[in-house]
Amino acid sequence: MDAVNRLGELERAIMDVLWEDPEPLTVRQVSGRLTDRDLAHTTVMTVLDRLAKKGFARRERDGRAWRYRAAESREAYVTELMLNALDQTGDRQAALARFVRSVSGAEARALRRALEALEALGAPESPESPGAPSPGLPESPGPSVSPEDARRG
Amino acid sequence: MFPAVLVLAAVAAGTIPAAAALASARWPVRSPAAAIVLWQALGLGWGLAAVGALAGLGGLGGSYRDEGQHAGVARAALAVAIRAVRGVTSGPQAGGAVWYLRLVAVAAGLVLLALLCWVLLASSATVLRARRRQRELLSLLAHGDPKVPGALVVDHPDAAAYCVPGLRSRIVISAGTLELLDQAELAAVLAHERAHLRERHDLVLLPFTALLRAFRWCAVARRAESAVALLVEMLADDHALRHRPARELATALIRVGTAGSRAPSGALAADGAGEVAVRVARLLRPAPGLSVPALALVGAAALLLVALPMAFLSIPF
Repeated sequence: MDAVNRLGELERAIMDVLWEDPEPLTVRQVSGRLTDRDLAHTTVMTVLDRLAKKGFARRERDGRAWRYRAAESREAYVTELMLNALDQTGDRQAALARFVRSVSGAEARALRRALEALEALGAPESPESPGAPSPGLPESPGPSVSPEDARRG
Repeated sequence: MFPAVLVLAAVAAGTIPAAAALASARWPVRSPAAAIVLWQALGLGWGLAAVGALAGLGGLGGSYRDEGQHAGVARAALAVAIRAVRGVTSGPQAGGAVWYLRLVAVAAGLVLLALLCWVLLASSATVLRARRRQRELLSLLAHGDPKVPGALVVDHPDAAAYCVPGLRSRIVISAGTLELLDQAELAAVLAHERAHLRERHDLVLLPFTALLRAFRWCAVARRAESAVALLVEMLADDHALRHRPARELATALIRVGTAGSRAPSGALAADGAGEVAVRVARLLRPAPGLSVPALALVGAAALLLVALPMAFLSIPF
């Protein structure tokens, strides 16, 4: 487990170096930039090789040496990571469990009004009393409502 | 034999309107766990009954009784299949047309069974691949943050939070979310995601995702998947409530849900909106769960949906 973590850490450190520099770098140059670590040349080479095989780094020959650069920008990867979570299309990916779907438009405005009402109330919601002011939720559904009703809303 | 096939066909056909009714029902939000069990029973019951009815049609009035014993639907269908394989090598059977019809029915049953197994495997493979990619990217890009112990933070300005289920699970919070929510709300989000991971809700949802993959054109399949996904969210909300006050979870839901996005969006999911409102409403004004007799009824229905097809598949009639 420790070895796996260490490898992941190294890959990360090396990708950071590649992302910082727009120019393709040799193994020696990458090693040189990892100043806070004492890494063997072969270790850096191995990790770069792994990254290339995984598709995160690209390499090109420059004379006798290989030059490495990041395959995509850091932002591109971050976007890829978040795409499933941010995706507003109907397709639900079973791979992830999103905390909540994005809403917009009238529904979002209604929810925000409810939020404001909640914050104005201050104290935590007291349990049910029919006359109690309800934070005007969209459609003010009774708690027993079918999700489809809400969807048709 | 005929009554057995009839019962199987009736169950298979009956689960469709039953599913439609469950999708429109109001009680599931009061007891999401019970509703999920019923959904699972509907799915499994339909699968068993549909495959069984087709295979059973093939075994109808067959000469399998030559062996001097009755056989259940499953064994009869198997006998037909074996006979068909032998028949292919030794020339067509007497009573041609009916025989071939029976063969088609058995084949259809087998094809359906194969299809269901296939989509389950394919969906699992897709999911595993997507999760592996997520973990790879996270190990390169994400970092910890004291505000969200045990979770990973991704430097993206939009508000999002999710978990990557599985054996090596991860909880992911975007930097935008850290800005948006206060400490209490973040704790509520973490509790919700941890509930998903601990209870393995991904496994609950997987068969319905698979079914949708096979029957994307079928409205009932779509509604089933949607319903179960929402119920699973409610289950996680309920679990989070054991550790955090309802209000924090509700405000977190609203803040993250309405934060908007700078990412290019596909078709705006207008149907997602109602789901958030329902979740917030039931957090703030919880309705009593189903009564014990009602729960017992749901349980009995679920049991029947699965036991009936299984019985008529195996017991000789």
